[in-house]
Amino acid sequence: MAYTEEELKKELETKEYEYGFYTDIESDTFPVGLSEDVVVKISKMKGEPDWMTEWRLSAYRFWIQMEEPEWANVNYAKPEFQNISYYSAPKNQEKYKSLDEVDPELLETFNKLGISIEEQKKLSGVAVDIVIDSISVATTFRKTLSEKGIIFCSISDAIKDYPELVRKYIGSVVPYKDNFYAALNSAVFSDGSFCYIPKGVRCPMELSTYFRINQAGTGQFERTLVIADQSSYVSYLEGCTAPSRDENQLHAAVVELIALDDAEIKYSTVQNWFPGDKKGKGGVYNFVTKRGICHSHSKISWTQVETGSAITWKYPSCILKGDNSIGEFYSIAVTNNFQQADTGTKMIHIGKNTRSTIISKGVSAGNSQNTYRGLVKIEPRAKNARNFSQCDSLLMGNSCGAHTFPYIEAKNNSAQIEHEASTSKIGEDQIFYCNQRGIDTEKAIALIVNGFSKEVLNKLPMEFAVEAQKLLEISLEGSVG
Amino acid sequence: MLIINNLHASVDGKEILKGINLQVNPGEVHAIMGPNGSGKSTFASVISGNEDYKLTKGEIFFEDNDLLELNPEARAHLGVFLSFQYPVEIPGVTVTNFIKTAINASRKAKGIKDMPAAEMLKKIREKASLLDINSKFLSRSLNEGFSGGEKKRNEVFQMAMLEPKLAILDETDSGLDIDALKIVANGVNKLKSKENAVIVITHYQRLLEYIIPDFVHVILEGKIVKSGSKELAHQLEAKGYDWIKKELS
Repeated sequence: MAYTEEELKKELETKEYEYGFYTDIESDTFPVGLSEDVVVKISKMKGEPDWMTEWRLSAYRFWIQMEEPEWANVNYAKPEFQNISYYSAPKNQEKYKSLDEVDPELLETFNKLGISIEEQKKLSGVAVDIVIDSISVATTFRKTLSEKGIIFCSISDAIKDYPELVRKYIGSVVPYKDNFYAALNSAVFSDGSFCYIPKGVRCPMELSTYFRINQAGTGQFERTLVIADQSSYVSYLEGCTAPSRDENQLHAAVVELIALDDAEIKYSTVQNWFPGDKKGKGGVYNFVTKRGICHSHSKISWTQVETGSAITWKYPSCILKGDNSIGEFYSIAVTNNFQQADTGTKMIHIGKNTRSTIISKGVSAGNSQNTYRGLVKIEPRAKNARNFSQCDSLLMGNSCGAHTFPYIEAKNNSAQIEHEASTSKIGEDQIFYCNQRGIDTEKAIALIVNGFSKEVLNKLPMEFAVEAQKLLEISLEGSVG
Repeated sequence: MLIINNLHASVDGKEILKGINLQVNPGEVHAIMGPNGSGKSTFASVISGNEDYKLTKGEIFFEDNDLLELNPEARAHLGVFLSFQYPVEIPGVTVTNFIKTAINASRKAKGIKDMPAAEMLKKIREKASLLDINSKFLSRSLNEGFSGGEKKRNEVFQMAMLEPKLAILDETDSGLDIDALKIVANGVNKLKSKENAVIVITHYQRLLEYIIPDFVHVILEGKIVKSGSKELAHQLEAKGYDWIKKELS
């Protein structure tokens, strides 16, 4: 049977969540609800110093006065914040020295995902800091890294072991007053990753964290802080998969990046939270605040492949504060069925001769809505700032939507800003051409989508790019009848 | 090898093919000629399984397989290849990546493992040189920004790589200058063997000077109205299609 619009639609509908399984691990979970007591309890459980508890409380007090934002191009039932449990951690909390000590069921989970720690260790030399629910259960390669003076640990450990660094930088790029979800995260963040690269050090390996929501009904509030000291370099990978679940799960992470003078941070994400079923039931709400600050001659590069979540609200941004600093944003967002994504970036040019590049690729299928929202802001002092933006959309079928909202504010007339946009549809003639060469429709779609996304896929580190390509295929494939 | 009986096909309710009969044996080259709108391209599309065309009557057998029961990719896996009149662009997918995907898809269908990279590379080099294709061309996005000649050369390159049993060349000569025409024809000739067959669909006799047909068929208004040897092509060139129309009436 040759491909028709109708059949394609059917195929896409039959796509089931590949990683939809649930790991049965005993865990400690707080009763539902949020109050000052709960915030204090989280902080106490984690053995945090008083300043941290106070900071959390300030964030909480600010948050209760805030309202959930409604400007994004997404529709959803707002989470009932008093019906969420704000802390969940696997019960066995000892730190593991080797994989043999890790819960075998947990390892099985990773094997299903094809990201076994062993493989990661042996093959790619990637240091993996896994966050299951909220507590780090395995940290590898820490020793190798520490020889170079690199700190890579959970944020909880960092608060205890490196309080001066955390205290100096946490909330410095994303203050708790920044937005509703950032405030919530600041009050209740459970765990996350911390990374510090000392002056002049080039991190010898890709630092990688796999996140995973596991407990039913538990919101996950990750906090990540990456500091690249002067003239240092780090490439950081973040990948997510989540088990299938009926009720909506809230995910509100905050990521802060600090690139000091002449430093470079490359931050890559593959996001594959549960997107909900074909009827739009369930799925993760992903409200993330990611932002980096660039000091002079530094560079921050965000690369993201977004295929999961029912709702995505995410704008990895760069504040180009230092002269001659560079910000980059490369994004592929794929939506299918009833997924809604409102994602993009903000490039804030403050310093002179600052440059930014935005490449955004949106792929929409089924009944999904895919929105690019971006801001390019040139402050008065930012002489000779430059920006290039390119937003391409690829549509499949007739029921999905692609939207582009580019905002430009230029307050210095020496700025050069370019914006290009395109919208295209996968053609039946393209599919037939592939079919005639022996390539079936599923594979043909994957091929066309990969071709469309190539500029962004090329920006990912090699081993991640392969995984990302697989994910794009999974996200858009169904079983062809 | 290929047996077509009383084939009728229509598009948007309009009948284009009105009872085509044709038999092609291994080792043969058949030319199908006819004026614009006579049904030549429809014929090619129907054999390859394009569902824009509705089959109303008739049958197509390829090596004892009922083609009408098979989807386009299954037909391709059997060794049916169509060189498109208007090849489509696939941005971001290189010529190399595309052909690699195509070859491995066919191998997978036959239960054979992916072709090892070294073997693939050797084959690509060999076939590319046959068609005067350089490595820069191989790394370009499929048909994107290709000239008419480059598109057709790429089609024949894919044919060389896939080694089909039956190749249908749909107006492969259109858009080619004389040098490109010679290269393409030369490529097709080198790929000919006792085991495979070629159907050349064309307006003009020009291509047939380089790819010598064993049989020439003339299509008029959806039917093969005259068949003969390569001499028929010369007669058509000299007298035009009106000559046949007159002869028929």
